[in-house]
Amino acid sequence: MHHRPATTESAPVRWLLIGLALLALSLFLLLPLLAVFVEAFRRGADVFFAALHTESALSAVRLTLIAAAISVPLNTVFGLAAAWTITKHRFRGRALLLSLIDLPFAVSPVIAGLVWVLLFGAKGWFGPWLAAHDIKIIFDLPGIILATVFVTFPFVARELIPLMEAQGSDQELAAVTLGANGWQMFWRVTLPNIKWGLLYGVLLCNARAMGEFGAVSVVSGHIRGKTNTLPLHIEVLYNEYQFSAAFACATLLGLLALVTLGLKTAVEQITHQRASRHH
Amino acid sequence: MSISIQSIHKTFGAYTALDDISLEVPDGSLTALLGPSGSGKTTLLRIVAGLEMADPGSGRILFHGNDVSEVPAGKRGVGFVFQHYALFTHMTIAQNIAFGLDVMPHARRLKRAEIRERVSELLHLVRLDGLDKRRPHELSGGQRQRVALARALAIRPKVLLLDEPFGALDAQVRKELRRWLRQFHDEINLTTLFVTHDQEEALELADQVVVMRNARIEQTGTPQDIYDEPRTSFVYEFLGEVNKLPDGRYIRPHEIELRFAAEEGVDVTGRVSHLFVAGPFARVSVAPEHGRRGELEVWASRDQVEEMALASGDVIGLHFPPLKKLKS
Amino acid sequence: MSKHRVIPGFGLSLGFTLTYLSLIILIPLAALFLKAGGLGPAEWWRILSTPRVLAAAKLTFGASAAAAAVSAGVGLLVTWVLVRYRFPGRRLLDAMVDLPFALPTAVAGITLTSIYAPNGWIGHYLAGWGIQGAYSPFGVFIALTFIGFPFVVRTVQPVMEDLGVEFEEAAATLGAGRLTVFWRVILPALTPALVTGFTLAFARAIGEYGSVIFISGNLPMKTEILPLLIVSQLEQYKYREAAVIAAAMLLVSFALLFLINLLQRHLDWHKR
Repeated sequence: MHHRPATTESAPVRWLLIGLALLALSLFLLLPLLAVFVEAFRRGADVFFAALHTESALSAVRLTLIAAAISVPLNTVFGLAAAWTITKHRFRGRALLLSLIDLPFAVSPVIAGLVWVLLFGAKGWFGPWLAAHDIKIIFDLPGIILATVFVTFPFVARELIPLMEAQGSDQELAAVTLGANGWQMFWRVTLPNIKWGLLYGVLLCNARAMGEFGAVSVVSGHIRGKTNTLPLHIEVLYNEYQFSAAFACATLLGLLALVTLGLKTAVEQITHQRASRHH
Repeated sequence: MSISIQSIHKTFGAYTALDDISLEVPDGSLTALLGPSGSGKTTLLRIVAGLEMADPGSGRILFHGNDVSEVPAGKRGVGFVFQHYALFTHMTIAQNIAFGLDVMPHARRLKRAEIRERVSELLHLVRLDGLDKRRPHELSGGQRQRVALARALAIRPKVLLLDEPFGALDAQVRKELRRWLRQFHDEINLTTLFVTHDQEEALELADQVVVMRNARIEQTGTPQDIYDEPRTSFVYEFLGEVNKLPDGRYIRPHEIELRFAAEEGVDVTGRVSHLFVAGPFARVSVAPEHGRRGELEVWASRDQVEEMALASGDVIGLHFPPLKKLKS
Repeated sequence: MSKHRVIPGFGLSLGFTLTYLSLIILIPLAALFLKAGGLGPAEWWRILSTPRVLAAAKLTFGASAAAAAVSAGVGLLVTWVLVRYRFPGRRLLDAMVDLPFALPTAVAGITLTSIYAPNGWIGHYLAGWGIQGAYSPFGVFIALTFIGFPFVVRTVQPVMEDLGVEFEEAAATLGAGRLTVFWRVILPALTPALVTGFTLAFARAIGEYGSVIFISGNLPMKTEILPLLIVSQLEQYKYREAAVIAAAMLLVSFALLFLINLLQRHLDWHKR
């Protein structure tokens, strides 16, 4: 019998490890995903569709889409600007700026909501002034957007910075020597090089924006049909013991997660193929 | 301890890496496996080490007459030095060298003090005294290579295997380390097999050179044999610069003799297209007249070029020694 | 540093980056620390020394550390299998690892609850052994492990993929067995990445809210986490209490992250 190469395990050990990992992942990941759909259809398809077709559910979906449609582009522009500053230039305080961008990762979503309440809430710093001018931020759409923007702040920048750092500035410098101006360089050299990484960052940012719960929960006030996003609507239904309805709405976000994962895998595959074609 | 490689085959899927390789490495010799990338030389070295398995049922590897084909890498008693050193970055130099001694089974393991003793002996042997507490990243490439060698020698291997040992070093260090390794080998006299794609390295270092190409051995012999008596055109072309004549014969640049065009014994006349003089040597490029295509490269002495007052554009005669024809 | 920059857009992009960063992150966080800092040590002590806050802090940091540690272990196993072995379904599995990143926390919260509740798919087995899944500190730990473990896989995976096989071959030719190679060569090389993964999972777990509040049951003194305590203070319009608890929580997590960072540097210093 031929012995195995020096750097692998024997077949039984290998299959034992694979089995353990499969067990862990199915108990941990597949089971919850499955549970969303099983619970949603527990009382039949009629209940499922009825739960989605209520006025409050539709308004929650609408609000979620609006919040994402505003905060994702904002953070995309920021991500591009921050990555451009940090990777194409050297300046004092660069390392500090880099860690400040990561800061929201270390802040609880609840605190991300709280800070806006402290600023704009009824008893907050600007509360009286806002009340006098009849402007509503907290318990209304602007507050929800601000909270979402805070929480999803680093996603695009975090995806772009390592990518652009690895690519270096040689191609940009070549463009300069060929007479390109700043915008031409950005649109024709930089952007085509980072488009897949950018898409990936936008996907993650969007998934988080649509699914954010803690921060939005603090600033929304849970006004049904008005300031409930989809995740908040799920909470309300769940706390009212309408489990099937709650899970029915949860399937929408579950599908969002699956689509995000699918697109992410596709993007990775494309970039991987391109990378291997270059070698 | 001699190594005997007997009809080894190795395939990776549809790709044949080694095709019926047999080779004898005499006890105490320094043998070079020389070839371009993809010739199978590294695969052969890894099979000798036990890092790779030959195809089932193909052949055997014998150390001093004992079949080791089924012996795992860790029990073969080989010292293997990797091209990029593969030093353990989280360990000190001393810990790296001691690794093989530390992981021995309890029954055979040396005492702590003995291990320390042995490590400092080895550091002395590779001339790195006093660097025991350093980390690999604090050392130069040449020093790291010698640590890798000391680590491989620590387990008192029966044979030493080196994979492109100087591949990652710059030209100057390469040359120094090459001479040092030759002396070192003469001191310790351990059967050594090393892989290289650099013909100069193989010719300068080895007692025996094995030229490989496309999964096969092209020629085996002393450096002198290989250089002077190449058996195939591949070996001819691989071992240094060579002119290929239109009739398929080969001639090395230093074998061509420069003469005046009108002189006796001129085989070809041509025009000097380029002349480069450096130190005592001159490189002369000659474009043959009478419709021959391609240029001939001639190496002459500076004295001769100056004596003949040679300049670019001159017409000149070339004399060839008797030539052999080769199979392609 | 040269005054003249070859690549244009520095002023514009730096200006935008700093303005946006200040408006969205720095000024709001400063407002929090100003609010909390203006209250004085006596007030801080009064708010933080209550048994309810201390119990919540103990649960939050304890469960987060335990969850991050288990994530590190399970994450290492999963990464090993994904990187080293080829088997059917591997790519699907690899994609699935990111599910906790992509699945909104509220959805994770209600599904984990339904699974680990005493009548749930796993919960009723646990109940058979006398273990309470949901509505217990153990439930908090489960949710935090779910949230944390992709961080470990995604930080260790690239390092393991880049880990040249020649280190293991070198160790093997020197006579080391497979387990020895793992403990003495592979694990030390992975430790910095494992610590980073642990840190990310830990930091995320401390602040986690959505997935925990459904499964924990939210009993004060028993299964209440710090973020929930902040929310309940806010709901009673106790801004001061909320601000002090939040500021203290941030300070402790920053200090912890800083310490782990130091440890990281110590582990990493011999790498280029």
